[in-house]
Amino acid sequence: MFGKLTFDAIPYHEPIIMITYIAIILIALCIASTITYYKKWKYLWSEWFTTVDHKKISIMYGILAFVMLFRGFVDAILMRTQQVVASAGFKGFLPPHHYDQIFTAHGVIMIFFVAMPLVIGLMNLVIPLQIGARDVAFPFLNNLSFWLNVSSAVLLTLSLGIGEFAQTGWLAYPPLSGIKYSSGVGVDYWIWSLQISGVGTTLTGINFLVTILKMRAPGMSFFKMPVFTWTSLCTNILIVISFPVLTVTLVLLTLDRYFNFHFFTNDLGGNAMMYVNLIWIWGHPEVYILVLPVFGVFSEVVATFSKKRLFGYVSLVWATLSITILSFIVWLHHFFTMGAGADVNTFFGITTMIIAIPTGVKIFNWLFTIYQGRVHMHSSILWTLGFLVTFSIGGMTGVLLSVPPADFVLHNSLFLVAHFHNVIIGGVVFGCFAGINYWFPKLFGFVLNEIWGKRAFWFWIIGFFLAFIPLYFLGLMGMTRRLSQNIDSEFHMLLCIAAIGACFIGIGIICQVIQFFISIKERRHNLDLTGDPWDGRTLEWSTSSPAPLYNFAIIPKVEDRDDFWRNKEGQHYNKLINSINYHDIHMPKNTGLGFMISIFSLFFGFSAVWHITWLCILSFLAIIISLFINSLNEDTEYTISAEEIKKIEHQYWKNIQKAGLK
Amino acid sequence: MIENKFNNTILNSNSSTHDKISETKKLFGLWIYLMSDCIMFAVLFAVYAIVSSNISINLISNKIFNLSSILLETFLLLLSSLSCGFVVIAMNQKRIKMIYSFLTITFIFGLIFLLMEVHEFYELIIENFGPDKNAFFSIFFTLVATHGVHIFFGLILILSILYQIKKLGLTNSIRTRILCFSVFWHFLDIIWICVFTFVYLNGAI
Amino acid sequence: MIFLNYNNFMKTLSLILIFFFLNGCNNPLLNSHGTIATEEYSLILISFIMMLFIIIPVIFMTIYFSLKYRSTNVNQIYKPNWCDSKKIEIVVWTIPIIIVSFLAFLSWSYTHKLDPKKSIVSLNNPIKIDAVALDWKWLFIYPDYNIATINEIMFPVNRPIVFRITSNSVMNAFFIPSLGSQIYAMPGMTTKLNLIANDVGKYKGISSNYSGHGFSNMKFTAISVLKNSTFLDWVKKVQASSIKLNTMKTFDIISIPNENYSIEYFSSVKKNLFNKIKNQYSIKHFILDENLSHEIVKKNFNMEK
Repeated sequence: MFGKLTFDAIPYHEPIIMITYIAIILIALCIASTITYYKKWKYLWSEWFTTVDHKKISIMYGILAFVMLFRGFVDAILMRTQQVVASAGFKGFLPPHHYDQIFTAHGVIMIFFVAMPLVIGLMNLVIPLQIGARDVAFPFLNNLSFWLNVSSAVLLTLSLGIGEFAQTGWLAYPPLSGIKYSSGVGVDYWIWSLQISGVGTTLTGINFLVTILKMRAPGMSFFKMPVFTWTSLCTNILIVISFPVLTVTLVLLTLDRYFNFHFFTNDLGGNAMMYVNLIWIWGHPEVYILVLPVFGVFSEVVATFSKKRLFGYVSLVWATLSITILSFIVWLHHFFTMGAGADVNTFFGITTMIIAIPTGVKIFNWLFTIYQGRVHMHSSILWTLGFLVTFSIGGMTGVLLSVPPADFVLHNSLFLVAHFHNVIIGGVVFGCFAGINYWFPKLFGFVLNEIWGKRAFWFWIIGFFLAFIPLYFLGLMGMTRRLSQNIDSEFHMLLCIAAIGACFIGIGIICQVIQFFISIKERRHNLDLTGDPWDGRTLEWSTSSPAPLYNFAIIPKVEDRDDFWRNKEGQHYNKLINSINYHDIHMPKNTGLGFMISIFSLFFGFSAVWHITWLCILSFLAIIISLFINSLNEDTEYTISAEEIKKIEHQYWKNIQKAGLK
Repeated sequence: MIENKFNNTILNSNSSTHDKISETKKLFGLWIYLMSDCIMFAVLFAVYAIVSSNISINLISNKIFNLSSILLETFLLLLSSLSCGFVVIAMNQKRIKMIYSFLTITFIFGLIFLLMEVHEFYELIIENFGPDKNAFFSIFFTLVATHGVHIFFGLILILSILYQIKKLGLTNSIRTRILCFSVFWHFLDIIWICVFTFVYLNGAI
Repeated sequence: MIFLNYNNFMKTLSLILIFFFLNGCNNPLLNSHGTIATEEYSLILISFIMMLFIIIPVIFMTIYFSLKYRSTNVNQIYKPNWCDSKKIEIVVWTIPIIIVSFLAFLSWSYTHKLDPKKSIVSLNNPIKIDAVALDWKWLFIYPDYNIATINEIMFPVNRPIVFRITSNSVMNAFFIPSLGSQIYAMPGMTTKLNLIANDVGKYKGISSNYSGHGFSNMKFTAISVLKNSTFLDWVKKVQASSIKLNTMKTFDIISIPNENYSIEYFSSVKKNLFNKIKNQYSIKHFILDENLSHEIVKKNFNMEK
């Protein structure tokens, strides 16, 4: 009746897991009862859960990312602590089968549920505003993508308390992840979580591609687009091309595990090397999907806060395009040690090194934007400067690893772990934080507290260096990754320093939480009245803060890059506002369908994990039927009348005049 | 900035341009989805190539590949694509009865194709050539079945479009859906040609 | 406040440099004990120094430009619209291209030179050792001496060692950090690794590809001795063991998953045991029909070519 699911699935004998799970449930109940007490469910449902507004969806992505950041970070602290203890001669508190779930979950959470939502959230917020559009091309799909990601995160969280998670590493190589060596439900949770999230992300990729290619404001040709839009375009091309590979690979593994197929088994012709190739053909573009948008963020931040045009726009664009193309021909560098032979290894080693060239060019372009500018030391610029230093070091170690013989001694060591954390934290995380500080007022109408923002930065960067530079040395000393027991005592001291670094990062995260709380508390003192708090250069700053539902009352006509800046210089906001003709605007209606489909997907994933066949089929049918019923609904838009728009716009002009601009 | 705002007065107040823009976006989105689908099939073809190069198998035997029934399936699919084209013509001429008939013909051809494919699988499995026997059969079944699953969803789309026209008439959004469906159906036909060539014809040589 | 931040930055930087030097003692750059390892670690050092040509200017410019051109530092040149310079573009494209070309050349020549499959040229005869990754221990077979051990190997210095490596269950990786390259151990396949020890000593060996619960304990010792006679004495010691690995049944018993294996010696080994372990996964003949001679034969699937 319930497939493989029994009450034994709950890990009664693991106190750490039980306490964590009960804590999660209690927190969830707390939040639910607070909402009930303030009678906000209807508001949440109609204004947030069903919204198709890209700005609100981006906020929800941000919330998802921060919640999962806590979970992923706790995993990190647990791992660091266990390694400190295990290298001091003790057994530690995390037996292998628990530790192994933690490092797998840590990787999956950080990549799929922290970095991806942050990056997608930023793209969601900024792309329509930067290209002068009212929303993305398919607002409903946008909402659906978000909720699919949430249901995938929920599925992963369920694995903590019901059953187990995969104990294979975040990419689950077979044969270890095959049914013979991982007969539990852990790998199944992993598969369905990634599969559901992958569908959501692919839809996002299609959505944004159509948006950028078809909905730019008139006059905005490709080489007039802001750099963030360019990098987002390239990112979404990568998503649309690479995620299908992940989908297929996961399906092949699923068939192996559920129906005894032989793609990756040891016997009867299976080939585990094929999995390694396929998963990295997806995996490498995936990391560029994470990092290209933040290159865009830095381009915007550095130009705005240096009060200067971005240096070398054209070469930045070509560098981004070449990174996009090159990212498909480097994947073998993730397994030089699999024995492909010197010629193949050399080829991929050299292509990997070649990718470093456009990346280096970008770094110099940003540096020369700062050169002879007037730099305002806002926390966004601090994150950028931190990125420039940190990411360069990470990139350097990447080039070191791309030399195959060097990789032969460094592969899978802590050197590798330090390298990828270096580029992902120094690049993606710092960039997302810079972007959040930068675009926060556009979303909420007030700026974030600078003091706590700067404190957060310093704790993060010092913590980062303390936590990961020792790992480089540990890798050179011969310590491999994913160890949890009987660690050599000569590694102990450096592991302690790494643990201290992790605590510093923790304090950094706490500073960010404090930053949010204080900013919200003091919001009336930090209002952004003009919509342009940093004297920005691109179109999104020409709207009010927060931006109105329809973004632009009148779609602007663009004549140049940094069009808004060009218009600001020497233009005055005068009283011509009365003569603007406003027209009715058609906006898409909110819909609960995305939420419903995601609930059904959650049931589908859960029942697939536990082999509850009837529930699986039922939830799948439910998805199809809901889509069908929705297709009969022709009433998908509503109109904002010209009078309403006029009222909103007039309020915006009043605010600008209040702020003292003419 | 203000001057720029004056320059642009063509907005979405005109509902037919609004629908035209919406249709363009949806078709473009469908093309991009098809490209991603293409990548999925490309991966499956690549896996097929790798597996079959590692395992040499003689397939002339009619026991595995029944070329005559595959040929029939190909014709069925081609005919269904033809009738799909007629659906679009009928739609442009706004002849609803014609749309019904050709959609039904497309559906029937597609259904027979699918049933023949299921029959082929059944025959193979009872002969002990099922997908759990070795890697070659795993990828063979997966590749052909993935195409079959896409055909299956296409059939469901046909049924739902038939129902929608009956209930709501030929609205603009339904017209867009028919266009999207026809592109999807033709795409599946092209994929079948590739399957037919690289798997069946290649294996028979 | 800017100076406060600057001071913090310098403090962090100096902390890092201190660690760099403090740990020099344990650094394998000084601790590599075989030609392969020495060359590989030197390659890392050379590439690192080459990359410093980019990193040091970048870090310097980051700190210098941001401080010099900060808004509170008045009287600096301010050129808000300067955003193009052919000269700078040429420099920032060319210097990385030159460095990468040099590294690419280095990479090409050393990848071929240090290919794990490539035999090490030496006046001394190579020793053959077969390594099988089990859960969670390493089985070593000396085909020429008809002995086997678990988690311990010995060889004289300056003799090339030719490893044939496979796995019995899941993907592992065979790695002796002090001696050089690692290589994956994969079920149903053979990978080859050539190493040589130039110094006497006891070297730690590990698996460097996560393979399950006992992964952390998958450690072995590789002992390099000065005289051939010491090595032969050890072989005799192993041959005196009462346990024999003569049957597949014994092999099945020792390959039962066990997280806490220690060292074990086997005084005789089944002939061609390594090949048998590797071939347990080969697809062999899959006859479709008795009347028709159709076979599915696994083609030459080895990593050795």
